[in-house]
Amino acid sequence: MTRPIIEARGVHKHFGALHVLKGVDLVVAERELVFVIGPSGSGKSTLLRCLNRLEEPSAGSIVVDGIDLLDRRTDINAARRRIGMVFQGFNLYPHMTALGNVTLALRKVLGLPRAEAEARGRAALERVHLADRADHYPGQLSGGQQQRVAIARAIALEPRVMLFDEPTSALDPELVGGVLAVMRELREDGMTMVVVSHEMGFARAAADRVLFMADGMVVEEGTPGEIFGAPRHERTRTFISQIERT
Amino acid sequence: MGWEDFAAAFLNLAIMREASPILVQGLVQTILLSLLVVPLGLIGGTALALLSTVRHPLVRWPLMAWVDVFRALPPLVLLVFLYAGLPFAGLELPAWGAVAIGFFLNTGAYYGEILRAGIESVPREQMEAARSTGLTGGQAMAYVVLPQAVRNVLPDLISNTLEVVKLTSIASVVALPELLYQARQAQSVTYNASPIVAAAAVYSVLLWPVVRLLSRLENRQLAARR
Ligand SMILES: Nc1ncnc2c1ncn2[C@@H]1O[C@H](COP(=O)(O)OP(=O)(O)OP(=O)(O)O)[C@@H](O)[C@H]1O
Ligand SMILES: [Mg+2]
Repeated sequence: MTRPIIEARGVHKHFGALHVLKGVDLVVAERELVFVIGPSGSGKSTLLRCLNRLEEPSAGSIVVDGIDLLDRRTDINAARRRIGMVFQGFNLYPHMTALGNVTLALRKVLGLPRAEAEARGRAALERVHLADRADHYPGQLSGGQQQRVAIARAIALEPRVMLFDEPTSALDPELVGGVLAVMRELREDGMTMVVVSHEMGFARAAADRVLFMADGMVVEEGTPGEIFGAPRHERTRTFISQIERT
Repeated sequence: MGWEDFAAAFLNLAIMREASPILVQGLVQTILLSLLVVPLGLIGGTALALLSTVRHPLVRWPLMAWVDVFRALPPLVLLVFLYAGLPFAGLELPAWGAVAIGFFLNTGAYYGEILRAGIESVPREQMEAARSTGLTGGQAMAYVVLPQAVRNVLPDLISNTLEVVKLTSIASVVALPELLYQARQAQSVTYNASPIVAAAAVYSVLLWPVVRLLSRLENRQLAARR
C-alpha cells in the first residue's frame, strides 16, 4: 500500500445525546477508491462530512494529505480545496451559470484572474463532457448534468481526494450512467475517492475496497468480491440481500 | 359647490405654477433624503441580517430586542427624540444627522427582518457546498447566499423602499423642508389645496415606475411558484 492520503482514526461524533460515529477508522491510500455502504442512519454521511470538517468530530484524529484537519492551527479553507466533495442534492449555485459555479472558488479561493479561471473552468467542464453547457444555469440542466457540473466544480480545484455522498441517488435511473461514467474516468486518471453509494454494479467494477457501516461503526471491510460475494457478518449479509432485491 | 369651485380649490393651475419653485425645492430635498436614508437603511439591515446568522445567545437576544424596539417605536417619535430630546442629554445633532440616525435605526430594522427572511430561505446546503470548495464563511455569504437571499425577497425590499421614500416626509419635523412640507406651506399661503394635489402628482410620477416593477416581480414570483 502506498502512503495514505486519508488517515482517520477513532473518529467519534455526537449530536447531543445521539452517538452517531463510534470510533471509525478509515485509511485510504493514494489512487484508491473506497466504497462505503450501510443502512440509513448508520453514519455514512456524517463520516464523509467529518473528512472535510463540515462536521466537527467529537474525538479522534483525521489527517488528509499530511494536514491534520483537527489541529486548531490548520487553515481549514486551504485544506478543503484539496478535498473535493459531491453531494446527493448537487447543491449548485442556482444564480450562476455552470461556468460560474465552477470558477467561483478558482477566483476567490485560488485568486486566479478571470480569464485563467475560465480557461480552467472550461477544462473541468470538458472533463465531465459538458463544455457545451458552460453558459447554462442549473435550472436549465438535467439532474445528471447538474451533478456532473458539481463534479467539475470540485475537480477544477485539483483536489487530492474526492468525497461523494450518494451522488446518484437523487437521479432518474436513465441519468445515473452518465455520472458513474464520469466517476469511472476520474478513477482512471488516478483520483483518490471515497464514495458513499449503493450502486453495487459500480462498486464491483471500480472499487478497491468496500466498507460496511452499521450503527456508527465499520462492521466489516474487504474487496467488493468479498463483501458482496461472501460477507462474513450476519448484518452485512442481510443488508446486501436487501439492496440486491431493490 | 360645483365643478368650477372644486377645480379652483384643488386643480388651480395658476396657483400650482406660482408654487412650483418651492415644490421643486421640496422635491429635490425629498430625493436627497431618499438617497441618504435608503442606502443607510440597507447597510443597517444587511448588518442586522448578517448578525442574525450568529446563533450565539449573547448576539441573538440583544439583536432581537434591538429589532423589536426600533420596529415598535414610531419613526416620528424616534426622530423627534433624536433631534429635540438628545440635546437635553448634551448631544446636539444637526437635522441631517438626526434623520440619518433615525432612519438607520428604524428602516434598518425593517430591511434587516426582510433580509434575514431572505437568508433563511436559502438552503443550508448552499453554504456547505461553498465552504467545501474552500470559500470562507464571509465569501460564501457574499457570493452564494446573499445574492439568492436578495433575489428571494426582492419584492419585499422594493415595497419597503417605497414606504421609506414616502416616510421621508417626516423629516419636515426637524426643519428639513421636503416636498410635502413645501406643499403645505404653499397651501397655507394661498389658502388653496392645489399645491398638495401637485405634490401628490409628483410623488405618483416618481414612484409609479417602481410600483409597476414591483407588481411585475410579484406576478413573476407567483408564476414561478405555480
Ligand atoms: N446535524 C445533525 N443533528 C442531529 N442529528 C444528526 C445530524 N446529522 C445527522 N444526524 C443523525 O445522525 C445519524 C447518522 O446520520 P447520517 O446522515 O450520517 O446517516 P447516513 O448513513 O448517511 O444515512 P442515509 O443513508 O439515510 O443518508 C442519523 O440518526 C441522523 O439523524
Ligand atoms: Mg447520508
